[in-house]
Amino acid sequence: MNRKFTGDNVFKILAAVIAASAVVILIVTAYTLVSGSVPVLQRFGLGFFAGTQWNPVEGREIFGALPYVLGTLVTSGIALLIGVPLSIGIAVFLVEMAPKALRVPIAYLVELLAAVPSVIYGLWGLFVFRFWIQNYIEIPVSNSLGWLPIFSGTPFGLDVLTAGIILAIMIIPTVASISKEVIGAVPNSIREGAYSIGATKWEVIRHWVLSYGRSGIFGAVILGLGRAVGETMAVTMVIGNTIGPAAIPTSLFKPSQTMSSLIANGFLESTASLEKSAYIGVGLFLLLLSLIINIAAHVMVTRVLKVKGGAVE
Amino acid sequence: MNSKENTEKSYTEQMRPDVKMQSIGLNAWFGQKQALKDINLTVKANAVTAIIGPSGCGKSTFIRTLNRMHELVPTAKMSGQVLLDGKDIYADEVDPVQIRRRVGMVFQKPNPFPTMSIYDNVAAGLKLTGAKKGKNLDEVVKRSLEQATLWEEVKDDLKKPGTSISGGQQQRLCIARAIALQPEVILMDEPCSALDPIATAKIEELIVNLKNDYTVVIVTHSMQQAARVSDFTAFMYLGQLVEFGETSGVFENPKNELTEKYITGKFG
Amino acid sequence: MINNYAFRKFKNRLFFVLCLACVVIAIVPLLSILYEVIARGAPQLSWEFLTQGPGTIGVSAGGIGPAIQGSLILIGLTSLIGIPVGILSGVYLAEFGNNRYASAMRTVNDVLTEFPSIIVGITAFSVVVLTMGSFSAIAGAVALSFILIPVVARTTEESLKLVPNSVREASLALGAHKWRTTLSVVLPAAKSGLVTGTLLAVARIAGETAPLIMTVLGNTYFFQGFGQPMDALPLRIWRNALQPYPELQAQGWGAALVLILIVLALNIGVRLASRGRFRK
Repeated sequence: MNRKFTGDNVFKILAAVIAASAVVILIVTAYTLVSGSVPVLQRFGLGFFAGTQWNPVEGREIFGALPYVLGTLVTSGIALLIGVPLSIGIAVFLVEMAPKALRVPIAYLVELLAAVPSVIYGLWGLFVFRFWIQNYIEIPVSNSLGWLPIFSGTPFGLDVLTAGIILAIMIIPTVASISKEVIGAVPNSIREGAYSIGATKWEVIRHWVLSYGRSGIFGAVILGLGRAVGETMAVTMVIGNTIGPAAIPTSLFKPSQTMSSLIANGFLESTASLEKSAYIGVGLFLLLLSLIINIAAHVMVTRVLKVKGGAVE
Repeated sequence: MNSKENTEKSYTEQMRPDVKMQSIGLNAWFGQKQALKDINLTVKANAVTAIIGPSGCGKSTFIRTLNRMHELVPTAKMSGQVLLDGKDIYADEVDPVQIRRRVGMVFQKPNPFPTMSIYDNVAAGLKLTGAKKGKNLDEVVKRSLEQATLWEEVKDDLKKPGTSISGGQQQRLCIARAIALQPEVILMDEPCSALDPIATAKIEELIVNLKNDYTVVIVTHSMQQAARVSDFTAFMYLGQLVEFGETSGVFENPKNELTEKYITGKFG
Repeated sequence: MINNYAFRKFKNRLFFVLCLACVVIAIVPLLSILYEVIARGAPQLSWEFLTQGPGTIGVSAGGIGPAIQGSLILIGLTSLIGIPVGILSGVYLAEFGNNRYASAMRTVNDVLTEFPSIIVGITAFSVVVLTMGSFSAIAGAVALSFILIPVVARTTEESLKLVPNSVREASLALGAHKWRTTLSVVLPAAKSGLVTGTLLAVARIAGETAPLIMTVLGNTYFFQGFGQPMDALPLRIWRNALQPYPELQAQGWGAALVLILIVLALNIGVRLASRGRFRK
């Protein structure tokens, strides 16, 4: 029947072709980045990722991505360290503790954190938050513990710490909302069993709810890591943007640079093709990192929520 | 609520030593819906009390008020008193966490902790109060599993997840989990409804043995089960306690017409 | 034993307080951002500020007219490309999505939604800017479409899956073809979810900055053609924030207020609307 009336087949094929646009975008992006980074990789090989120098001056060109890879990892690490406990606390509060009337408004406010554009986080970070960090954290800590290497440097407020904390705020909505779903999907029978042997609420949550939902929460954390790694504008505006070996994040109170902020700051100004290729090479590495992180998170979150969805039904 | 103190005193004085628990003027609600209406019932020590009635009659709600599990439902409310050894478990200074250690519970569907081993399922409650790993704990776990008649079947698999065994075994594991805390009362909410006949027979045998050491309250939708395992039977209907007495009396010579109808299978 | 119990009880209390503190700590930045943007941005707002091009420092204040215009053009152009493609992709995934091809597309789509936006900028730069030989509004719209399409596809798929199968069967039983059923029965039935999801996705791209840097470039002129560089609100905020002149920084805050009003209006409006619908 369908062969006579090809309307349905045409529609299906059309939709299938359009649906492939995602793959086209992926392939075009991969191709662009790979072909774009060929010159720099040919010139420096894997040393591109191990080098720390960044000098575009013609005749003395040398490009090394290591400081920015480290910058991304360190700022994202700080973001997880601070953002994950906060997010889990929020998720637990929303599912297990908040009075019913408060649940929706609080969840909504947390979601609004995700709606604020990144550049506005940057603006706020640059003109407001930076001074909170500088005055209330960095200066006191620097005065007392400045001799520790990770607190060395001038407490200026535009540095690794501020960037990490802004990222922490930005990943909260992602991690909190997925954790909230995961915790909500923990079967009630487990909570009841735990309460029935005389566990306090905190014990029920810690030993049973979080333990049962741990792989889903882990997926949420990885997804948050993906967000932090790819985030550009807010970081660019508060991290201080140093270049070369100075960008290696050796101290919380030193300016640095992430892969994405490096590209945002330098890509346009680059003129020579080798320099542009270096930026694209950094982009390629950022893409690979983000792909690995997101695929891992995708597998973890969907697997967990599917299994639990089945169990709940 | 105003007469709370008076009634408490008078009933306390009345309470005989063989009465383990007693509900006085107990009402319970879910939101606007009243689930229990003025339930007055005594639970004798070292006996099995069965609560029967058609589904939705409030029998599960009732036993959940006996260890303060009822209040875990967000919209749940209650009034009245539940005495345990003559003391109201709903008094202000009483913490539900401690009540639940004295009044254990076994649920309708076996709910062993899936993230814990068989051993840890039994030991979990004791670990909460600081029991350390070692011989003592091993001993308690073994004794609890033995009392739940599960030891022989799982003694080589203690490290396996609590959910790796069969449904009937899981339910006995849940009973062992409750026993491990040495509670005074064990509540069972239709413990066999998810099990096959053979597993059910094992649990019923176990229940009869348990009353030597514990006071047992069991909710069941099966009148035969109530007749087989219990010493006392309460019949509930539409949130009210219709009839209560010795099991033989309730089944052979019901006083209330509703009870008779239910027992003879005319409704429900 | 009693001490132990008191300690457990104390931990329980402490934990409640800590969780509450987490909520407060997360909401403080949000409130501070909203407060600062309003307090510093509102004094800037005037008809002149919203409609005129940038002035010269010390001569005239000027405004962010080109940035607003550019952002609106970008949002329109991106929606024009991204929404139809996204919806059709979503339709495929929801209505014909029970095969390995579709689940592969779904995975790729999910991965795309988490792409770093700066990468998308590089791609659009290489594909559009280098080919056309100029930074352009089109390059910006292509970059933003790459972000919009996967998001719209996903929300479309999710909304369509909420439509009960009985609706489809009823239409097919009347002899309607699958494509007619999808277009005139299933899609309208999922309308509220579709509109909500799509508008939220548009709100998200309205605030995107990173991919615009290397595509539309940003300038100080009103619209000069789709093939020409253009200004946009997020770019204007970024550029002004880094200027040493307090007047320009203040204009950045004004631009931030306009941007956040657009984004929040889309967010809050859409949610209120969809909640109202659920209540009925």
